[in-house]
Amino acid sequence: MWDYTEKVLDLFYNPKNQGAIAADNESGIAVVFGEVGSIACGDALRLHLKIEIAQDKILDARFQTFGCTSAIASSSALTELIKGLTLDEALKITNREIADYLGGLPEAKMHCSVMGQEALEAAIYKYRGIEVEHHEEEEGALVCRCFGISEPKIRRVIIENDLTTVEQVSNYIKAGGGCGSCLAGIEDLIQAIQAEKAATSARVNAELAIVLDDRPLTTLQKINLIQQVLTEEVRPVLLADGGDVELYDVKDDVVQVILKGACGSCSSSTTTLKIAIESRLKERVLPSLVVEAV
Amino acid sequence: MTVIYLDNNATTKVDPAVIDAMLPYLSEYYGNPSSMHTFGGQVGKAIRDARSHLAQLLNAEESEIIFTSCGTESNNTAIRTALAAQPDRRHIITTQVEHPCVLNVCKQFEKQGYTVTYLSVDRQGQIDLLELEAAITGNTALVTTMYANNETGVVFPIEQIGAIAKAAGAIFHVDAVQVAGKLPLSMKDSTIDLLTISGHKLHAPKGIGVLYVRRGFRFRAFLLGGHQERGRRAGTENVPGIIGLGKAAEIANFELKYMHRETRLRDRLEQGLLSRIADCEINGHPTQRLPNTTNIGFKYIEGEAILFSLNQYGICASSGSACTSGSLEPSHVLRAMGLPYTILHGSIRFSLSRFTTEAEVDRVLEVMPGIVNRLRELSPFTSDAAGWLQERDMTIAGAAT
Repeated sequence: MWDYTEKVLDLFYNPKNQGAIAADNESGIAVVFGEVGSIACGDALRLHLKIEIAQDKILDARFQTFGCTSAIASSSALTELIKGLTLDEALKITNREIADYLGGLPEAKMHCSVMGQEALEAAIYKYRGIEVEHHEEEEGALVCRCFGISEPKIRRVIIENDLTTVEQVSNYIKAGGGCGSCLAGIEDLIQAIQAEKAATSARVNAELAIVLDDRPLTTLQKINLIQQVLTEEVRPVLLADGGDVELYDVKDDVVQVILKGACGSCSSSTTTLKIAIESRLKERVLPSLVVEAV
Repeated sequence: MTVIYLDNNATTKVDPAVIDAMLPYLSEYYGNPSSMHTFGGQVGKAIRDARSHLAQLLNAEESEIIFTSCGTESNNTAIRTALAAQPDRRHIITTQVEHPCVLNVCKQFEKQGYTVTYLSVDRQGQIDLLELEAAITGNTALVTTMYANNETGVVFPIEQIGAIAKAAGAIFHVDAVQVAGKLPLSMKDSTIDLLTISGHKLHAPKGIGVLYVRRGFRFRAFLLGGHQERGRRAGTENVPGIIGLGKAAEIANFELKYMHRETRLRDRLEQGLLSRIADCEINGHPTQRLPNTTNIGFKYIEGEAILFSLNQYGICASSGSACTSGSLEPSHVLRAMGLPYTILHGSIRFSLSRFTTEAEVDRVLEVMPGIVNRLRELSPFTSDAAGWLQERDMTIAGAAT
């Protein structure tokens, strides 16, 4: 039995805002609906919005949902969250906020909250006449063929929810939950996103450090920092493999080092330079640094 | 809230008489049946009596009964021993709708170089004997199939399957977990070599099972250790479990002649639901079914939502929908039957027992129409004005394997 919160059960047994909104041609009012999912997938949501055109504001929201307890509760929660918001404000609602409104969802049910967010986006895009990308025709862009899920959608859910495993991705958007042939592809995506995130974070940190300081690093600061990272973070790893490194000089952004011990004669010393030393110094000190062996 | 328990294919209530029989073996008679003293010996005698009741239930010899820990252990042991007994044959035949404890063992043997044929089922959940005849060869070591399906209750033509298996020299194993206590079983003059029973499906406790092994079968033990069960299943006996199962078998044997009561209640429930609720249908063969099981697909709504709604009234049932299982795919059994998605996700199994009452069935009939109506009012598919139910959604993309 799923461990649902009281809020989930309450909104399942007593859903708010169920049903459709009839288009009655009222002046200054638009009625639109967006839909996601299918009966094949096991859950589907049709979200109806009543929009005050002049204010770009959601006056009313209603839902029709085919799905489980948490799908119905998530749909109801979504309608409660967006009523009264402008469309731009509503577009900022994330699936995480829907889940939080419910006091949380079992991880295997997080896809219900994602469905809510996507239906909202579909409805607003439809109202604004924005074409939603369909990736079914593009070979390769569709990662999970069982559930018809594209790479951009997987990327988005990984980034927004900080997902780190394939299982989590399946729980959030079902991708990978069918035949399993795309599991390796999803894992690659997770790794690529994590790598991008790490690089971005390093760059931002370095930029922030400079901005906060309001001045570029002085040569002395730069050398001190490089020395510190080499001593504390790089050397222990190299020493464990019988190698070592010594800082020789720093000329602008070029860091000259001497590889010693096993590293000096190692056939993969270039890799050591670039991965073990340069990337670490870029991340910890300055993204523009280049490491050379002398 | 009073519980209305209609999930007896998942597990059953332990019969109070079974509990009474077990209690002394959880307290005063705690001796080890393998011990040489009288204190242990009297426990050994009680185990012999229990074995006798199992033999009577199966119309078999006492020496053909091995007590195990559960149905899963019995099925695992049966498949492994059958393959070990015919090591030069490398082909297994089973069905697409087996319990995971058979399917997953077969898949493991596939990785070890065996080929496995998974027989398909038709829209009513029945296999095709011609498909079996076409698949079986002189290389087939084992035919392993369930007697009746746990989800639909569909009963397979076991002796006809066995005749085909025997003609090809294959070993025949039957998972009878859902059948014991519901249909008469007789191993005398049967084609079955190995047969599995699980205690908690027939009002005994969990943690006790049986593997029937035909006399003369070249058995290879799965659990090695002491000499218990004549060296065929090592490990100190689960004495209270065995005593409980013995009592449950004795009662089940007696109760078989009253099974028509369960059938009558099942039919009352089934017909009542079909007549009160539009757009629903029985999943499974109309007649070749267990007397206690009905599986009904309610179109346009989802199974877990139905179960949680029933739960509000204290009614326990089961669903083959993906959302109840933690998996993202609905029941492999219902998928193998090729049910349309409109029914597949909204299928509910009600399984009765001899403890089920008419008042309980009537209560389900009272509340179920309201539950279905409420969920259909929430569903976008019930009145599909926008034509969302496309052709591709109506039929299953491909049969499960």
